[in-house]
Amino acid sequence: MKRILILGAGTSGTMMANHLNHELKNLKEEWEIVIIDENETHYYQPGFLFLPFDIYTPEDIQKPIREFLPDDVKFFCEKIGKIIPADRKVITENGDTFHYDILIIATGTSISPEETEGMLGEEWRKNIFDFYSFDGALALRDKLRDWEGGNLVVHITEMPIKCPVAPLEFAFLADSYFKHKNIRDRVNITFVTPMDGVFTKPKATHALEHLLIEKNIHTVPDFAIERIDNENKKIIDYVGKEVPFDLLVTVPTNKGHEMIGRSGLGDDLNYVATHKATLQSKSDPNIFVIGDATNIPASKAGSVAHFEAEILTENILHYINGEPLLEEFDGHANCFVETGNGKAILLDFNYTHEPVEGTFPFPGVGPLRLLKESRMNHMGKLAFRWIYWNMLLKGNHIPFISTNMSEAGKHFDNA
Amino acid sequence: MLTTIANKTVSLNEEGYLTDFSQWDKTIAQEIAQQAGIDLTLRHWDVLNYVQDQYKKEIALTIRNVGKSGVVDIKEFYQLFPAGPLKTCTKIAGIPKPVSCI
Repeated sequence: MKRILILGAGTSGTMMANHLNHELKNLKEEWEIVIIDENETHYYQPGFLFLPFDIYTPEDIQKPIREFLPDDVKFFCEKIGKIIPADRKVITENGDTFHYDILIIATGTSISPEETEGMLGEEWRKNIFDFYSFDGALALRDKLRDWEGGNLVVHITEMPIKCPVAPLEFAFLADSYFKHKNIRDRVNITFVTPMDGVFTKPKATHALEHLLIEKNIHTVPDFAIERIDNENKKIIDYVGKEVPFDLLVTVPTNKGHEMIGRSGLGDDLNYVATHKATLQSKSDPNIFVIGDATNIPASKAGSVAHFEAEILTENILHYINGEPLLEEFDGHANCFVETGNGKAILLDFNYTHEPVEGTFPFPGVGPLRLLKESRMNHMGKLAFRWIYWNMLLKGNHIPFISTNMSEAGKHFDNA
Repeated sequence: MLTTIANKTVSLNEEGYLTDFSQWDKTIAQEIAQQAGIDLTLRHWDVLNYVQDQYKKEIALTIRNVGKSGVVDIKEFYQLFPAGPLKTCTKIAGIPKPVSCI
């Protein structure tokens, strides 16, 4: 029996287990699929943005991993110790050994607050919070329920981060949240970023900067944090620039799984060197990488993982059959950006094309509008949670949404 | 866009980065540095040589990996090239602006 071993049962790993189980159903005597994750719970990560504002409850965004895996796929809840590519095996921290013929790394990315001096100081989870972890988002919800106002600083430590629009969405939703509580006049919102603009793509930056001004959110660009002064409650950058805070909501440095580093497969942030069009690892032909774990120049986001999963599934079948791999992944990302007050913007872009204006998914019709604020876009974002739990994880194709970026109905500039 | 720097004709993109590294030389570097308000010292040249080397090896540059290079730490990197060290030093070094943010 040959084995496909998937490391990580998050969005990417779960989608791959479902796709491959379906595609290999006639080869069950020959191939087995095994998936390992250190958790029993699957989190709907886009929900971490809504949890702090009491829009979603914890129950809305967590379900057992096992519920989303096919019965034929074997799931082990263990911590991964190390990958040994030369021996085609993975060792867990319990000391169990899993051999593989094909390995899929889907171990994602997570926060490393310890990378910044002072971040884990005495103010951590008192007046310094993250919302990129379930615990962080929940602690922040409890803090915001009682907070009476002051300087709210929303901060990105360094790029790349998962879902690069999320910090901006947080600032927009905070504006809305405090307006509804009738304390917006007692809250200053400042958005602090290491980039020279608020987003990674110039065209979207322009649209988003306009919204920040409209919502009276102050922006501090080019801020590369050196340390946090807990005593005087301020963040300080490498040239000595200071931003004071009463409440700091930061996105700490994001890193791949430390096991990647231990296995000698990672760069300085533990991301795996990956061919950007095939998703094969650059070091070993039988190791493939998907989602946030890769070092490819695409956004670290669920929509990207979804498009990657379709191409990676085909490539694994080609690999099994000894055929050349498709070089088809184009970096396609499709993101709803919450802008507060029940509205959202929709962005659609890839490796070579900037986010564009137009309609989506039907050219000229919509109903969703690209790069423009609308209520329908917000409804799309909320509906997405249902699509995620019921269709996306199970590997069902989402109607009308193509893997490669469609150019119809969109107004293009090249990136 | 063609322009003249240090009496030489060079091709620049809209952000002022050289589009052809073979047109670069040290006098051009000095002039771009002066426009950015920087007087190049030996320490600047250590960094410039390092980033050019990485570029030739096709290794992507980030503030983090320059800071861990052993050539310069992040604090000094900012002191040498205060307004966005990666953007500024690559412009002076005649190599493309790193696209490290996605």
